[in-house]
Amino acid sequence: MSSVTLSASASANAARRGNQLGRRVLIISAWLVFVLFLLLPLFIVLSEALKHGFGTFFGAIFEPDAISALKLTLLAVGISVPLNLVFGVAAAWCVSKYAFRGKSILVTLIDLPFSVSPVIAGLIYVLLFGAQGFIGPWLREHDIQIIFALPGIVLATVFVTVPFVARELIPLMQQQGTQEEEAARLLGANGWQMFWHVTLPNIKWGLIYGVVLCTARAMGEFGAVSVVSGHIRGYTNTLPLHVEILYNEYNHVAAFSVASLLLLLAVFILLLKQWSESRINRLKASAGEE
Amino acid sequence: MSRRTSPVIPGFGLTLGYTLVYLSLLVLIPLGAMFVHAAQLTWAEFWAIISAPRVVAALKLSFATAFVAAIINGIIGTLLAWALVRYSFPGRKVIEAMIDLPFALPTAVAGIALTALYAPSGLVGQFATELGFKIAYTPIGITLALTFVTLPFVVRTLQPVLADIPREVEEVAACLGAKPLQVFRYVLLPALLPAWLTGFSLAFARGVGEYGSVIFIAGNMPMKTEILPLLIMVKLDQYDYTGATAIGVLMLVVSFILLLLINLLQRQIAKS
Repeated sequence: MSSVTLSASASANAARRGNQLGRRVLIISAWLVFVLFLLLPLFIVLSEALKHGFGTFFGAIFEPDAISALKLTLLAVGISVPLNLVFGVAAAWCVSKYAFRGKSILVTLIDLPFSVSPVIAGLIYVLLFGAQGFIGPWLREHDIQIIFALPGIVLATVFVTVPFVARELIPLMQQQGTQEEEAARLLGANGWQMFWHVTLPNIKWGLIYGVVLCTARAMGEFGAVSVVSGHIRGYTNTLPLHVEILYNEYNHVAAFSVASLLLLLAVFILLLKQWSESRINRLKASAGEE
Repeated sequence: MSRRTSPVIPGFGLTLGYTLVYLSLLVLIPLGAMFVHAAQLTWAEFWAIISAPRVVAALKLSFATAFVAAIINGIIGTLLAWALVRYSFPGRKVIEAMIDLPFALPTAVAGIALTALYAPSGLVGQFATELGFKIAYTPIGITLALTFVTLPFVVRTLQPVLADIPREVEEVAACLGAKPLQVFRYVLLPALLPAWLTGFSLAFARGVGEYGSVIFIAGNMPMKTEILPLLIMVKLDQYDYTGATAIGVLMLVVSFILLLLINLLQRQIAKS
């Protein structure tokens, strides 16, 4: 008996020693990936942007074309994110609160834009609304411009960000079930009261998390917007497209200056994401204690 | 947890209707329009477009680089997820927060940053030049960019699964005399594989369609470093809408077949 226990504890010890080595190797490789793969690109953007000092840096950022690109990006984000927010809540509501046939197909359709190339996302709207498109001639008769204008940019941005909010909310709302809503209804709340006072507070942080991810993608979308924008400088150029134009003109310092503006926005978004995520985890932990 | 249809909760018709209308108008009808547009071609014409050497070369390049990038992420991502879930070490929180950087960073910014680093005269690229090879403007550079933008997928899908496996299970296996490799093969692998495949296929699908981060580092030479999405862009710039549509349809169909196969593989694993 004792020899069995001895050999068992010896092999457990050996495993632990092996774990110690593995632990060190893994932590060091995690650090290497982090520094070489994630930090180095950030460093190069900032160092290239500041190569000729702060004067040229701010010059590139406050140049009129850059300002109008920033405004267009904010406008596109400001329209497309709320649209997908409302859609995300509605989609998550019907998927998570009811059982119905074809639900898994619906979930697949919601996720569909994730596996479609952004360039194709742009292409389909050109085929619909472009000059040679299906509705193109009718649009021209009525003097409505969609492609090479703001509506096209918004449509392309909405397409690539459709799943973000719904995807965050569906698992969260499925986990929460329907009991609290049922209780609210039985106590006499109407539909909207139930939603505002019961559901919304429960999904608040998941909603913020989804909106943050959606905003990040909407702000940085390049391929889809590039197809429908027509690259009209100062008119249909978003910030990422402006970076591309500057870069292709070999105006590298200006390109990296505008890029570092986007980088700062991205880091800010990461902080927001981390914050809402920690709130979700806290909620989960308190739900677990109950 | 209640999963039954609740007659007490209102809004089924409203939310389902809204979801279906929104999806139809923005996603399904436009995508359908592409297939309708492609249907104006005869099979022979369609085949002539997609079997052109330039298209075939771009197709191979896109799927091969996305596949290799997804494999690399499958390895790096597993290591990262493991380190982040199992160990506490200095800087863990920072790394944890920064893993999502490739999702938050606009792809064009990632593209020019990676090009600046890995170009022949760049900070890292100069070492490659000394060793006699190039990273940027070759398929290696494309793979690198794709690995960067899809890095979070495998890490993020594996993390929750890893956190759910109790450590005791491995310790018990070790105490019963299992060697570390056996523990991995019989205890961890079956639990991790479905999530790993999900992360892999997400990374792969994103990599095939990725445009912004790749075009800067690729060099975009026809037949050599031209990816499929860029070829669609080139056709559009030449007002060749039919050509662009045919390539778009090809790309979607091939992607969906591959994703379907991965899905079937996943089910097979879940069964056994």
